Formats: sequence, structure tokens, C-alpha cells
Amino acid sequence: MSPNFAIAFRFIVSRKRSMIMSLAGIVFGVGFFIVTQAQTSGFEKFYIDTIIGADSPIRIEDRFQDIGLAINAADESGQTSDFITETDPNRKYIHGIEYPNKLREAVEAFDDVTAVSEVLRGETRALSKTAEQTARVHGIRLKDHIQVTDLDSQMLRGSLDDFAFNPSSVLLGKKFAERMHVDVGDYILFEYAGDTRRYKVAGIFETGIEQIDKRRVYMHIGETRALLKKPFGEAFFQIAVRDPGNAVRVASRLESALHHNVIPWQEREKSWLQVFSVLRVSSAITVSTIILISGLGMFNTLAMLVMEKTREIAILRSIGYTRRDISRIFLWQGFLVLIAGTVCGWIFGAVVTLGISKLPIRIRGIFTADSFMVNWDLNHYIWAAVVASVTVMVASYIPARRAAALEPGSIIRGTSM
Amino acid sequence: MSNATSKSVLRAEDLHRFLGQDEARVHVLRGVNLELKEATTYSVVGQSGCGKSTMLYLLGLLDRQDKGKIWIRDELMSDASDAERTAARSRHIGFVFQFHFLLPEFSAAENVILPMRKLGVRSPDEMRQHAEYLLGLVGLQEKVDRLATHLSGGEQQRVAIARSLANDPALLLADEPTGNLDHKNSDMVFDLLQRLSKETGQAILMVTHNTELATKTDQCLRMQDGQFIN
Repeated sequence: MSPNFAIAFRFIVSRKRSMIMSLAGIVFGVGFFIVTQAQTSGFEKFYIDTIIGADSPIRIEDRFQDIGLAINAADESGQTSDFITETDPNRKYIHGIEYPNKLREAVEAFDDVTAVSEVLRGETRALSKTAEQTARVHGIRLKDHIQVTDLDSQMLRGSLDDFAFNPSSVLLGKKFAERMHVDVGDYILFEYAGDTRRYKVAGIFETGIEQIDKRRVYMHIGETRALLKKPFGEAFFQIAVRDPGNAVRVASRLESALHHNVIPWQEREKSWLQVFSVLRVSSAITVSTIILISGLGMFNTLAMLVMEKTREIAILRSIGYTRRDISRIFLWQGFLVLIAGTVCGWIFGAVVTLGISKLPIRIRGIFTADSFMVNWDLNHYIWAAVVASVTVMVASYIPARRAAALEPGSIIRGTSM
Repeated sequence: MSNATSKSVLRAEDLHRFLGQDEARVHVLRGVNLELKEATTYSVVGQSGCGKSTMLYLLGLLDRQDKGKIWIRDELMSDASDAERTAARSRHIGFVFQFHFLLPEFSAAENVILPMRKLGVRSPDEMRQHAEYLLGLVGLQEKVDRLATHLSGGEQQRVAIARSLANDPALLLADEPTGNLDHKNSDMVFDLLQRLSKETGQAILMVTHNTELATKTDQCLRMQDGQFIN
């Protein structure tokens, strides 16, 4: 043990009460930082998992043509001049995917892509014995679609096999089924452009997203084309990728290679993601103030200690301790409080996070949850430690510098009679 | 009595020191010349404010002179860097002040060990043994593990003396070492310093108001208005 560390340790122990107050501030600051980050990122992660599970990481929609050309004007002699005329910089979009088979081959050639599902979407009127409402029908091929969504795990009742083997069957969102007063085995009518078709309810699913669960109906894509009178084209692709976190990069590559509008989940759900992001940063800033205040307490404690220990500092200087040693004695004190506070704060944060994850809470709307969602992420612990480190070391550095600057001769002269 | 053949421990030439600023600036030391030799005790007496303590802090490298030079063991230290002066204090100089200035969080032995730990030439066991030896020398062999705050004023001052000897310094500077002690403890501390000088060969320079004790040293130096007088 270095002499500086030993002296620092004794100085801390001699001021238990004020050091414990500073320590408590760091513990609570670090702990609450972790808890708030675990909660906000927990809900955010749950929301992301839900939306990816419902609508896959990437969607390929309309084909586009770049018509933003630059044309060199001709000079008087008819040769190309340096004068450039810009044309319309906007893209021209062609609704839907025109050649799904060719596009599928091209998409599947990308290493990052793991599955592709062609979906035809349209709105129809749904009729049951007692109710009618607008339905958003998604025409799918089941074996493709369960590879790009969590449809199999979203099933509440009924069977995907029944749906797979019966072309005249549908899967209904939970809220939709409730509103239509139908259940598995019942029949439901869909009406579009004067034509009505009858389907058997093969299953009920719940994504957790209310907007989806109260309107969405899954139907076989062939039946959907027949119902919506769209024999070809106009579909879109839902795509699964190896790492959904990389969806933006993959989407960008797909878009530039395929000349189709490609939308990653980060862009599709930008509004909600921004809300979560703002909440997370806001709570981090709020909780960091606890750490900052405890840093001020630490500064105050060490500044008082420097004033109280001027004689001891002078004597240490007289027996061979350098200015750097004196500075280190006070930095060690800050460091010891930092280490103890951070470790205790980590434990406190983990215990509270665990406790919160057990708390019941009923959330319906943007997703469905029955308890607090928490995210166990090492980064929260690292960032809490970084914020505490910066605060405590700045709070320790100033008194340490002041202590090192003390002139032993002046102090000792001041105490002599 | 000082031996003319003894080696020089400290030499100071033409030391000047001003204290205060602007109108309050005072010329405290006005050309002090001094040589201290091994195994010799020196006392400096004079009225309060004549510059005794100021000179002591300059000689102990705790303060910087405005003019003049100081050699310790023939090494010019007056113009050395702060780090070099600190190292010289650690190796060559021990201090005893009017107040003991022990670290209250440490025991008597730990206070004595502090300078040794900084110098770092002894092993932990050797440091402990040497601290016990020094505390025995000042009559505190029974109280080596007592906290400084659990010792009497006289005992604390004796621990401070033991601490000043921790690194076997060539020079011991004492500023009113008995000034805060009763008559009995004063005599004990003074006798101890005298004995140590003869036994360990240290040069001891003692600033004191006690003329009775001062006359018992090998050389008594009188100071007036920042200068030595005959």
C-alpha cells in the first residue's frame, strides 16, 4: 500500500459522516441512473421487438425512377457547352412491386437478408352476424410470413396449420375479432367493390399494438388478389435480416441496388423511437443531477478537509512528501469514494431494477405489457460509472490542487507563537 | 562544543528575506551567514519578530530566500527545484516544531514511519523496528501503538522528535521545541536533543526564547533585526 493511499484512507475514515453523505449521493445517483435507463430502454426495446415482430425489420414498397438528370446545353455551334440545366430533382414512384419473383431473387442474393415475404394489402368491409367494420387485409404466404414476423408466437387461439391448409380461412387480430363478435371456427364475410366472399376464422392473433390488432386480417395472398381484384403487382415485401440493428445500412444498400423504396424499421417508427430517445436522455440528465449534487458534496467535504488539514499537509511536506504526493492523497480520497459509491450504486441499481421488473403495470396501446419492462444492459452501468467518475474526479481535483499549492513555511509560521 | 574539524552539514551565505507586500513589506533577514557542523548543538535567541523562525524555515528549505545561498552537505540547495528541495528535506533534514504536528489518525509508530515510507530505503519490518527504536530512545517504548491523540503534550512532542530522526538526518531544526511544554517536559526534551546530537552526530539548530536552555547548547547565537550579533 502506498503511503499516499494509506494517508488518504485514514483521512476518509476520520471523516466518516461527511464521507458517508457523499458516498450515499454517489450510490443513489449511480443506482437511479441505472434504474431509469433500464426502464426507458426496456420499454423501448420491447416496443422495437413488438414492431419488428409485427411488421418485420425492413419493407420494400414502390419502385422509383430517378429523373433528376442534368443536361448540358448546346452552344452556338451545336457543341456541348458548360451550361448545365437541372431537371426535376424528385423521384417518380410506381406503386407497388411490379415483378415480385425477379425482385425476390435479387433481394435474396443479399447476405444480410434471411427471408422475404410478399404481402398484398387492401381495405375491405368485414361483415359478421352482428357487426361490420373496415378491415385491413394482408394477403400473405404463411410459410414466408412466419419467417419475417413473430406471427406464430402471436397466435392466441386457433391453428396456423388450419390456416395453411384452408385457402378460404383468415387470421383475425384480437380486437378485430372482439369487435366483430367472432371466434375460431366462425365464418366472416369480406366485401369489396360489390363482391362478397366468405371465410372461416382459423385463428386469432395479438401483436400487442392496438392499431394493428383492431384492424388487421391475414388472408392467403391468392384469395386477397381475387377479393381486391388485383391479379398482379401492387404488393410489397417484408424482409427479415440477420441483425435488425443494421436494418438502416441494409435498407440503404437494397434501395440503391434495386431502385425500390426500402424502409427500415428505424425510419418507419421514427416518431415513437424519438419519443423513447428523448425520454431516455431526459431521465439520464435528470438523474445525473443527483450525481452532480453529490459531487458538490464531495467537493465541499474535501475542501473542508484541506482547510482542516493544512498543518498536516505542511508537516507532510516538511518530511519529504512532494506537492504531487499531497495532490494524490486528496485524489485518492475522491477515488476511494468513487469506487465504493459506484460499486454500491451498481448493486443498488441492479436490485431496484430487478424489483421494478416484477411490478405489475397494465399498458395497452402502442404495445401490450403487464409488468415494467427493463433492459439489462452493461452500457448503463458503464455510463453511470463514467458520469460519477467525471463528477467526483473534478470535485476532487480542485481541492487536491489547492492542497498541493499550500506553502509549508507559511502554514507553520502562521501556527507559531 | 563544536569541533573545528567536524564536517559542515549546512552553510548559508548572505541570506535575505522580505515578508509582506507593498507598504507592509518588511526586510526580515538582512544578510545572515551561518555554518552548522556535525555533532554540534546551536541555539538561536532573540526577540520575537527578529527573524529566527524565518531563518529556520529558509535553512530547512521550507521557504525560499530573496537573496543568498544555502548548501546542504556541500550541495547548493537554495536555487534547486521544489522536487529537489523536497528530496533533500526527506534525506538530510528533520524538523521539530513548537506544536508537535502529528497526524492524529495515526499511531505513534505510524507517525514515525511516515518519513521512512516516503524515503523508501527500509523494508516494512525495518521501518517498524527503527520506529520502535526511536520511540524507545525518547522513552515511549510502551506507547508505540497508541494513537497520537491518546498521548500527552510532552509525549506527542517526543514522538515528533522521534519522527524528525526517522531518516537519520544530518541536520535537525527545532523551532521552539519546548515552547509548548511545562518545565519538566522542556528539560526532558532539551536533554534528549543534546544527547542525540552527541550519540548520533547530528547538527541541531534550535530556535528558542528560553535563554537558560540556550546557554546549555554548544553555540548560542543571538539575533537582532534579522542579523546575528556578537
